[in-house]
Amino acid sequence: MKQKTQVADIDRSLYDFRYEEDAADLLASGITPAIIREISEEKGDPEWMRNFRLHSLEIFAKTEMPPWGPSVAGLDLDNIVTYIRPKSRMNTDWNDVPENIKETFERLGIPQAERESLAGVGAQYDSELVYHNVRKEVAESGVVYTDLESAMHDPRYAEMIRTHFMKLVPPTDHKFAALHGAVWSGGSFVYVPAGVRLEIPLQSYFRLNAKGAGQFEHTLIIVEDDAYLHFIEGCSAPKYYEAGLHAGCVELYVGKRSTLRYSTIENWSKNMYNLNTKRAVVAEGGRIEWVSGSFGSHVSYLYPMSILNGRGAHAEFTGITFAGKGQNLDTGAKILHNAPETSSHIDTKSISKGGGISTFRSAVTVAEKAIGSRSSVSCESLMLDSISRSDTVPVMDIRTDKADIGHEAKIGRISDDAVFYLMSRGLDEQSARAMIVSGFADNVSKELPLEYAMEMNNLIRLEMTGSIG
Amino acid sequence: MELLRIEQLTAGIEEKELLHGVSLIVGSGETHVLMGPNGAGKSTLGYTVMGSPEYQVTGGKIYFEGADITDEPADRRAKRGIFLSFQNPIEIPGLSLSDFLRNAMEQVTGQRIKLWDFKKQLRAAMDVLQMDAAYADRDLNVGFSGGEKKKAEILQLLMLKPKLAILDETDSGLDVDAVRTVSAGIAAYRAQCGGSLLIITHNTKILEALEVDRTHIIAEGRITAEGGAELIAEINRSGFEKYTEK
Repeated sequence: MKQKTQVADIDRSLYDFRYEEDAADLLASGITPAIIREISEEKGDPEWMRNFRLHSLEIFAKTEMPPWGPSVAGLDLDNIVTYIRPKSRMNTDWNDVPENIKETFERLGIPQAERESLAGVGAQYDSELVYHNVRKEVAESGVVYTDLESAMHDPRYAEMIRTHFMKLVPPTDHKFAALHGAVWSGGSFVYVPAGVRLEIPLQSYFRLNAKGAGQFEHTLIIVEDDAYLHFIEGCSAPKYYEAGLHAGCVELYVGKRSTLRYSTIENWSKNMYNLNTKRAVVAEGGRIEWVSGSFGSHVSYLYPMSILNGRGAHAEFTGITFAGKGQNLDTGAKILHNAPETSSHIDTKSISKGGGISTFRSAVTVAEKAIGSRSSVSCESLMLDSISRSDTVPVMDIRTDKADIGHEAKIGRISDDAVFYLMSRGLDEQSARAMIVSGFADNVSKELPLEYAMEMNNLIRLEMTGSIG
Repeated sequence: MELLRIEQLTAGIEEKELLHGVSLIVGSGETHVLMGPNGAGKSTLGYTVMGSPEYQVTGGKIYFEGADITDEPADRRAKRGIFLSFQNPIEIPGLSLSDFLRNAMEQVTGQRIKLWDFKKQLRAAMDVLQMDAAYADRDLNVGFSGGEKKKAEILQLLMLKPKLAILDETDSGLDVDAVRTVSAGIAAYRAQCGGSLLIITHNTKILEALEVDRTHIIAEGRITAEGGAELIAEINRSGFEKYTEK
């Protein structure tokens, strides 16, 4: 316990430092067929992918902005830089990563985390992955963990990617899915063969450094039958005056009797538009476990969806959202029970403070054939002052009467009695409040690996600083 | 030596004054008992000495070791060595008893405590109180029975080792065995650090194992009688009636 982890001394500057990017590395801003062709050229896409991008762009142009949720009017799509040329090729040796990029990730603790507790690590800086490495024994078990671009060009995986890429989240899903289809870059491809249980997690870290830029990484994970994988994603960006955009996409395929745990700690800067789409499809007897901590961003739309397609499939969503000053975070989860005896459990906490707005949305759909399915949704909100807001929008669409569905929502404030109680034991008011809030978030931190749980608690402490008066 | 001095204290909630000029002195190492009928202001006095923001001090002073603490927040008072055992301990979901205690100890002493040392101390204190070790990892007071909550309060007392412990109705709602266990805990506190006690009670069971130095009777927000241990016996015989009339 005495051992310090890489996040022990966290403060805002850890996320806020940045390096200047060279103007020459930025492709022109805006979203036009010419830009898309340039990105495609730059990346050496196969033809199907170039066509896919151009087709997605057409859909993007035709699709309206989402009609629900917080305003994205502050997002100037004509001025978002969608692609930044990499300073570096992908490396598998940390020493080959350029100095300032290396320093960025070292300050964020990435290589250290890899040494200590991970089976493999990927690090994306702006548009491209700069580092990827997998432990030897992991690679020998047949697990593939690489960037999507390399995989797309590898004859062993090319077909797998063509048949899975944006099949769960088609570009027609919504405007930003279409944008993603057009300009996606970077991200990870993970393949876990049948019967392989990877007990230590894989991690990728996304860092958006350039200002006024967008990050559009695509994560595609295929877990075959009877396998286990824990995948962790971390995100951060320094603060700029120009709004940034993150429109990533995550597609997860979980095989029969397999479990995939997908953990995210998102700490984008407070002027990011985080319009992210995540979706999993789960086969018979499989499990998807989402663990999600949302702390950053100016505006978030994030509702990971689980499609339970096989009998007895299970989805678990544990999430926390912390909306501070100037933040409007619209988060939640979607579950589709599409087979008999499927089950799901959504457990979320949201905290709002300093005028922040936190909205929880859940959508549980039980198809007619999903007889004997069970779902429970629980959401608790904590408002730290009277100027903040917390809303709950649960939607349920149950098409069979042979299902067991429950929903529970609670909204509260920190009680003065609890603060006094802790203060009477020597804790100052700020620590007392931070402890109560950390306790409130405990269901999520318990689900995270130790160093991430600590990072989350540090983030809470950081957010709680100056929350009094 | 004088530890706590309350001088002409008036305090209350919003417009309603509940303490009308209470004065009381507790010396170092002494055991005091504060008795009185329901609603007399016993708990108000305890909470006000601890610095609860629920009660506003409208007059008078509170001194601890000579320092004026009347306007200090509760955590400053705790750091000086004042402790209040709550009548209704608060449940804090997600915060384990041991994490909380270790944190509180580090705050009060201003020093880091090695995990191993902490665990050893905690184990010993839990043994005194016959508490199951599993309670250390449970969320603070969450789902504890009334008796376990009171034991957890005394556990905190034993770990934090304050100079003055105010015990607010620590014996209320406890069965005979639990009272005995809690009394053993209080005796251990006295034996280990010789701290002072201000025991708020209307039950004398908890006092049996203790040598009481002074008894204060409070009624309608005023101290109406003071004496030694013999006063407790008298209250037991004839009740508070005599002390509630002016």
